[in-house]
Amino acid sequence: MKLFAPLAAVCLLAFASASQAADPNLGRNLAATCANCHGTNGNAVKGSGMDALAGMEKAKILQKLADYKNGDKPASIMHQITKGYTEVQLDLIAGYFAAQK
Amino acid sequence: MMLMKRRDFLKVGAAAGAMASLYGCAGGGKASGHVVVVGGGYGGATIAKYLRMWSEGGVQVTLIERNPSFISCPISNLVIGGTKTMEDITVSYDGLKSKWGVRVVQDDVVAVDAAKKTISLKAGGSMSYDRLVLSPGVDFMWDEIPGLKSADAQSKILHAWKAGPQTVALRKQLESMKDGGTYAISIPKAPYRCPPGPYERACLVANYFKQSKPKSKVIILDANEDVMSKKGLFTKAWADLYKGIIEYRNNSEVKDVEADTNTAVLEFDKFKADVLNIIPPHRAGDIAAKSGIKMINNRWVDINWLSMESTSTPGIHVLGDAVFPAPTMPKSGHMANQHGKLAAAAILNQLAGLEPNPEPVVMNTCYSFVDAKNVIHVSSIHQYDAATKTVQPVKGAGGVSAARNELEGKVAMGWAKNIWADMLT
Repeated sequence: MKLFAPLAAVCLLAFASASQAADPNLGRNLAATCANCHGTNGNAVKGSGMDALAGMEKAKILQKLADYKNGDKPASIMHQITKGYTEVQLDLIAGYFAAQK
Repeated sequence: MMLMKRRDFLKVGAAAGAMASLYGCAGGGKASGHVVVVGGGYGGATIAKYLRMWSEGGVQVTLIERNPSFISCPISNLVIGGTKTMEDITVSYDGLKSKWGVRVVQDDVVAVDAAKKTISLKAGGSMSYDRLVLSPGVDFMWDEIPGLKSADAQSKILHAWKAGPQTVALRKQLESMKDGGTYAISIPKAPYRCPPGPYERACLVANYFKQSKPKSKVIILDANEDVMSKKGLFTKAWADLYKGIIEYRNNSEVKDVEADTNTAVLEFDKFKADVLNIIPPHRAGDIAAKSGIKMINNRWVDINWLSMESTSTPGIHVLGDAVFPAPTMPKSGHMANQHGKLAAAAILNQLAGLEPNPEPVVMNTCYSFVDAKNVIHVSSIHQYDAATKTVQPVKGAGGVSAARNELEGKVAMGWAKNIWADMLT
């Protein structure tokens, strides 16, 4: 039993931190909706003029998204797109990109 | 078959490693099996890459595509307008092969046996699959324009609504047209591929005429009641930039053509043009209907929005323009790419014995050039709604450009570079 205890703990943590029905890859899936413009896993094509989000600090991404959503940061399109996602979803997206290289 | 380079494999593996361990907690195994993808456009190429990337090479993927390279419909109107070349919109499938280990087969699928889980190839032979993805784009309903049924007529009166040889041929027709000539483009009743595309094309042909053939005219014969996308922005561009060049006619459905004289036949009228560009009504690519899966109105595939899976035939997923659209969802390359990711995530769950993600999201961004530099966009976000069992547009989100602008002209090309890389490299 002892052998399985750590795995069980990880599983409990996983379920405790996410809603019961949530897919474990939700952050990955949501972030993939951004990749059309910002590159696969946030690695924008160099010289394309798009923000590369891979490895950017999570708090910084969240601040940018919040500024777009509130209209504090001028944008051509991001003010419209950020309004399409919930705060929980934006948090998952920022967390996923921050963890990328 | 070439395998993913070890370096790339490790890079992807590290990213997904932590998540993969949670699969064990949920009771499912690791995804494995063989997925056959039919069609290497915006939907098919995307899912081929994402299945390999997200499964860390655990799922085998075969992509069957009839063309040797990917040629993009988005940006192709700039080739027709003369400011971009075919080379600018062509991308090789080599990245999918060498970097992602996708087996790319240049062939056509002629039949699907859903019971046996096999497909038959035009060149002969068959292939078995665990899950099949159809991303067949559209085929034209020639019966709706009887005069265009012959190959002769089709080589003379072009659609150029699939990027490729017709894109080049339409450009040549415009170059050969005398100054003072008329170019007419017809738009079928919605839904059709790329709602703003015909209006963008009218702008870019008018832009070419303005510079090179200023006595020439552009006539838009729209079967719809009104401009179907970015109406205010397009009509302003026509008034500001192309006054006296572009003429827009609503409720002008083309019922037939007289190919000998380049004449469009409308309900009560006929219209003769020097260059006649007919976009016939279209439906899901032929292989969809041939595979026996449930269609709506004999045109579009009925799918489950949690997995993009056919409502009638488990194991067959359909992407892109071929599906019956969710409310306000456009048929676009960007959206097909999003379908590819939604379905990739669902298929990997299913192959691991798990349910698909119960809360998928897709979004769309579409840039249209109104001249060589100025662009207008429309965007939308669509979230799954369990009550209506479809993805619904988020109210208050998305929208259009405040005005046409050059900044978005640069962004549009940045979009193209990134989405092509997201699909193919």
